Amino acid sequence: MPGDSDIAIEFAGTGFRLPEGKTLLSDLNLAVRRGETLMLVGRSGSGKTTSLKLINCLLKATSGEVRVGGKPVGEWDTIHLRRGIGYAIQDVGLFPHYTVFDNVALVPKLERWEPRRIGARVEEVLALVGMPVGDFAARYPHELSGGQRQRVGLARALAADPPILLMDEPFGALDPITRADLRVEFKNLQQKLGKTVVFVTHDVGEALELGSRIALLEEGKLRGVYRPAEFLATTDASVKAYVDVFRAGQQMFRN
Amino acid sequence: MNFLFTHPREVATLTAEHLWLVGVSMLLAIAIGVPLGILLTRRPRWKTVVLGSTNVVQTIPSLALFGLLLPLPWLGARADRLAIAALALYALLPIVRNTYVGIAGISPPVREAAIAMGLTSEQLLWKVELPLALPVLLAGIRVAAVITIGVATIAAAIGAGGLGEFIFRGIAMVDNGVILAGAIPAALMALAADLLLSGVEKLLVRHRS
Repeated sequence: MPGDSDIAIEFAGTGFRLPEGKTLLSDLNLAVRRGETLMLVGRSGSGKTTSLKLINCLLKATSGEVRVGGKPVGEWDTIHLRRGIGYAIQDVGLFPHYTVFDNVALVPKLERWEPRRIGARVEEVLALVGMPVGDFAARYPHELSGGQRQRVGLARALAADPPILLMDEPFGALDPITRADLRVEFKNLQQKLGKTVVFVTHDVGEALELGSRIALLEEGKLRGVYRPAEFLATTDASVKAYVDVFRAGQQMFRN
Repeated sequence: MNFLFTHPREVATLTAEHLWLVGVSMLLAIAIGVPLGILLTRRPRWKTVVLGSTNVVQTIPSLALFGLLLPLPWLGARADRLAIAALALYALLPIVRNTYVGIAGISPPVREAAIAMGLTSEQLLWKVELPLALPVLLAGIRVAAVITIGVATIAAAIGAGGLGEFIFRGIAMVDNGVILAGAIPAALMALAADLLLSGVEKLLVRHRS
């Protein structure tokens, strides 16, 4: 990434409107710091996923702009921009006709790495996500469990060592135990790798556990950005609603 | 049945003619149909028009289609040329439709992940869309091949040759043996094409759930 500023991603007055006129996101101003894990929290339709997709140009802002590494995404070569941004989503989207190895190796191959370096890197990232290459490299996605697939998806996102990771409810479709495991592993991984992560979730517990900061979105507008402790201690009624639901859940758990 | 065995040379010649008509028209239909199907996935608005018109072609009786193309300047000049054009038009619908359906049916997260990983649109097509659409695409080619082998027997009516020669001759002579000398090889050819293409399909898509 060019520039040595502390800001990895910046939304500047960013808005997104569908061609039919519905506004999904309006006037978002938000800076994501290098190496932090910023959680985007909000209800369905609050603009979390839209914000995420504006970063890697899956969507194009209809007003304002998004800057990555100080440069507006529109000025980047889109392919080059995307290759430097890992992307992990709830449905994973592994290629069903590729083995685990080939899924993970795809971007390094497209970037024309040497075969030996690709092999070593695939082994490394699979080990990082707890999938020994010897056991899994030759398998096809349909031979894996949901949790294993999500691990491979994460390994694929990390393969070319992108400085930025975008994650859209990556653990949302997993059973609670697998989800808890993966959260812990992701947290350790993030401490090791220090990527800039933008992570979408509607799970307040997940946001508090993984985030260095939490951005709350409501109906396409940013309510505020909080550190986890601030988020829990807030007196703001709309934030409190999320905290209360979270606390109620914990209470039930304890009883 | 005797005729089939007493005239092996003639049977072989007409079978070869038939194969040639079918082969060339299939190649033509694939060369036009697959890119056209891919184009529809990029320009969905054209879908109704293109699939609609290939559908209309399918509803025209084959004999009528041969007749309709006859007055055309370059095409009408030679019977085999005309037959190949008409057969290719018939084969087009299943190929275009299945190419389109095969690609459009790829699960959205797979496509989204591929785009987000920075695949160019050519890489998306060759590495993801075509391989995943292949089983459906091949099924379309199979259907097209079987249809074309059958319809090609009618091409004899305009003098384009092929196994239809025996069928029309046999009808004129009221001789079932001669009819069968055309019908049996044509039926065997259709079966063989079906088996061959399903073999290719199995070979290419071994690994999927």
